[in-house]
Amino acid sequence: MADDVFKALADPTRRAILDELRERDGQTLFELCGRLAMRHGSSASRQAISQHLAVLEAAGLVRTRREGRYKFHDFDPAPLEHLLDRWLGDDGDDGSAVAPDGRD
Amino acid sequence: MKIVVTNVFVDDQAAALEFYTEKLGFEVSADVPVGEDRWLTVRSPEQPGGPDLLLEPSGHPAVGPYKRALVADGIPDLSLAVDDVRGEYERLTGLGVKFTQEPTEMGPVTTAVLDDTCGNLIQLAQHHEAAAA
Repeated sequence: MADDVFKALADPTRRAILDELRERDGQTLFELCGRLAMRHGSSASRQAISQHLAVLEAAGLVRTRREGRYKFHDFDPAPLEHLLDRWLGDDGDDGSAVAPDGRD
Repeated sequence: MKIVVTNVFVDDQAAALEFYTEKLGFEVSADVPVGEDRWLTVRSPEQPGGPDLLLEPSGHPAVGPYKRALVADGIPDLSLAVDDVRGEYERLTGLGVKFTQEPTEMGPVTTAVLDDTCGNLIQLAQHHEAAAA
């Protein structure tokens, strides 16, 4: 799971998606594409953004929910907290502590 | 060449007529029976010369899946220019209209997206240069 999170964060467009979702949760693909184009100068296509969202979702950083006929995307910071606990947590483990496993 | 008529596919022409006139404030331009349906167009009172917006029945089998896919991703079918997008947002939510995107500044334009209750999303756009002029 940690590998998925690092991979998801390694791309600037995906980090920008998280920036925008942090500002407002519950965005459609259309709104996200507009924000990325107008605020981040992104030239990525809608399809490309959709694929970036799938990577973020696989890493647990974005959740997609259906509300009626619409699909909204929310930011979920939980995987980041797990990651940082590995090095910044105060549980006294040595560096070989197991990374957070498959849970979210 | 000029745009005279453009269309949205609506799930229910009677409901669409009510929404586009009573909520959005358009006026009926033509309402003519055609078979089981109507040639039903509306026009903005701010543009007496048109263009007309045709509220077209969604009966063709390709239309349903097309509309559902666009709505799921929040993609509007139509973009309407407004002078004050936040004011319209307040006015329309007060009338029970649902938005999938609240007013959001996108560079030179502030946009919002609403549901027309007939299977389409509509974008409202306020261009800041135009408003200042």
